[in-house]
Amino acid sequence: MKLARIMFVAALLTVFLCAGMATAGTLEDVKAKGYISVGVNEGLFGFSKPDEKGVWKGLDVDTARAISVAVFGAPDKIKFVPLTAKTRFTALQSGEIDVLTRNATRTLGRETALGLNFVQTNYYDGQGFLIPKSLGVKSAKELDGATVCVLPGTTTELNAADYFRANGMTMKPVVIESTPELAKAFFAGRCDCLTSDASQLAGTRAVAPNPDDYIILPEIISREPLGPAVRHGDDKWYDIVDFATKALIEAEYLGITSKNVDEMLKSTDPKIQRFLGVSAGNGKALGLDEKWAYNIVKMVGNYGEVFERNVGVNTPLKIERGLNALWTDGGLMYTPPFK
Amino acid sequence: MAPNETPLSGTEAPSKASFWYDPKVRGVLYQIGALLTVGLLAYYLMSNTLANLERQAIATGFGFLEKQASFEIGESLISYTAADTYFKALLVGALNTLLVSFIGVVITIILGTFIGIARLSTNWLVSRMAAIYIEVFQDIPVLLQLFFWYAFFYEMLPGPRQALNPMAGVFLCNRGLIFGVPAAHPAWQYMAIAFLAGCVAVYFIRRWARRRQDQTGQILPTGRVGAALLIGLPLITWWLAGAPTAMNIPALKGFNFKGGVSVSPEFAALLLGLVLYTAAFVAEVVRAGIQSVSKGQTEAAMSIGLRPGQVLNLVILPQALRVIIPPLTSQMLNLTKNSSLAVAIGYPDFVSVAGTAINQTGQAIEGVALIMMVYLIFSLSTSAFMNWYNKKMKLVER
Repeated sequence: MKLARIMFVAALLTVFLCAGMATAGTLEDVKAKGYISVGVNEGLFGFSKPDEKGVWKGLDVDTARAISVAVFGAPDKIKFVPLTAKTRFTALQSGEIDVLTRNATRTLGRETALGLNFVQTNYYDGQGFLIPKSLGVKSAKELDGATVCVLPGTTTELNAADYFRANGMTMKPVVIESTPELAKAFFAGRCDCLTSDASQLAGTRAVAPNPDDYIILPEIISREPLGPAVRHGDDKWYDIVDFATKALIEAEYLGITSKNVDEMLKSTDPKIQRFLGVSAGNGKALGLDEKWAYNIVKMVGNYGEVFERNVGVNTPLKIERGLNALWTDGGLMYTPPFK
Repeated sequence: MAPNETPLSGTEAPSKASFWYDPKVRGVLYQIGALLTVGLLAYYLMSNTLANLERQAIATGFGFLEKQASFEIGESLISYTAADTYFKALLVGALNTLLVSFIGVVITIILGTFIGIARLSTNWLVSRMAAIYIEVFQDIPVLLQLFFWYAFFYEMLPGPRQALNPMAGVFLCNRGLIFGVPAAHPAWQYMAIAFLAGCVAVYFIRRWARRRQDQTGQILPTGRVGAALLIGLPLITWWLAGAPTAMNIPALKGFNFKGGVSVSPEFAALLLGLVLYTAAFVAEVVRAGIQSVSKGQTEAAMSIGLRPGQVLNLVILPQALRVIIPPLTSQMLNLTKNSSLAVAIGYPDFVSVAGTAINQTGQAIEGVALIMMVYLIFSLSTSAFMNWYNKKMKLVER
């Protein structure tokens, strides 16, 4: 009897404490617990995947590291939470994670009905089709009647259905929740083609038993701006995540790399002085250390470095900068002034 | 807590003074208190959830069911396209769950009964084999078995262009088992009606025969008459309707087979995995049920001259079933609930479709509520049916 009463009071207290915690700012929560909970893909080569030593690597992972550096001055104050496409938004809504860097496409529905805010896009992508060369298909328009492997709960699932409907074709989806299981089924020939973002297809092809047996069809059937996302209702946290992501791009624009960042401290360019915190202001405005951007470049690098080491032409993914080049090089990567 | 000498109700004139110490009053008060606490807690959770959803501007309500789903579903019992509503998409998922659960339960009971009986066989080899089967399949997690069977199907079988063709009109490849069926013709519907009519006729004939047996002691050959009716009536209907023989034969067109009926590897893997897993448990239930009937019953039945079949049907099974049915019900429920693992191997069951709907609309609470409701309905109706059957099978004392 006594025990039951104690347990009941404890349960009530837990409920109230949880409710109390949810109302504090995310930045305070994160600082109090000493790490950021980051939702990532459970295994996508080039974007987020643990290497053979169990260290998470990838473009999305490096974006998360930039946020960690901005908040804590260290790139490893992160708890990585591997999420499937289906569970990722619920995990963010419920507060299980503080930020989602999991190649998620920014859409109107997700920004409104799902209660999320996407920050700076860290990869401009588009949906394509990966198909075995042996089928002899040259264009996505020839895919009528094909069996299509697709992940559940993604924009790709809708895009594929829309594309086939718009072109008067039929498809048979095979929907498997886990990315590696889906790839296995595709390589074994369960489906005629695999549809996903082109970057993901490159990543999947790179781990194929024989990558040269597969081609990506020329049609890109959608726009997929991928970027980190946070919950509605915490503007301060949004700004930090947003500008940590933007800092990578700004650094590349300013010509600052992880190698020359220390020399750049001596630069007389006011833009660089403000960016690196030599002249103070930006850090205080964000509620961060004035060295935040310097630390990001020093410990993570600039966007160009991050891109080339994870997905660039010298990696197995062999992806060109394309849309992801700086605006000065004909791409879409453009940031507002850091002042 | 020391026992007081309080007057018990029933003894003469209990003193009215102790309202708070009246056990009845106390009992009622505790119940009200518990109910209030639960109610308040529920109210708090509800209002807190709603307030949080409101604060984050997340959509709520079941309005999304009317909206266009816009995603395709791999297999469906009813016609469905991406232009249909979420409601219809969810219906497709629910029907897929029903299909795999229903077929799964039927096969599981048959297979489980066979293995359970084999386990009791006096033949050493048969009994050992059954024991090994039970131990192996009981002890491997069902999700692992599903992955195994799914990988087995898509890794072992060739692509559609190299499909195995064991007999005319039947193809086996990694897209599934595709076989020809009779082409659409009104005769098939008439035959189904004739079969149902046969079932009704058999029911009445058996009732009449039993009554006659009670009165005269004569046993009539109802089995043969029944079989003749069940097979004969549809056959005569088929012949009267013009004896259609046209077949809908599948043929390779483009990427895949067109025509015929196909059983997908996802469905086959899910069914096989669930059946083999659950049958192991059912076998143990059946074995326990049969062993619960004492040997004396068999010997007594034999001694009054019943044949072995009659001993099983009239003496052993009616008593064994009383023991078998309750645990069998929970195995049936287990199979139904385990079918939600379909999401791991790509079979579009209710959980899988609802999961996609949740992700597209962001309405997790409504979606999960729907999932719970559908499984509750499935489980409660299974229980209700089995409880009714259990009551019917109870030992009737005369």
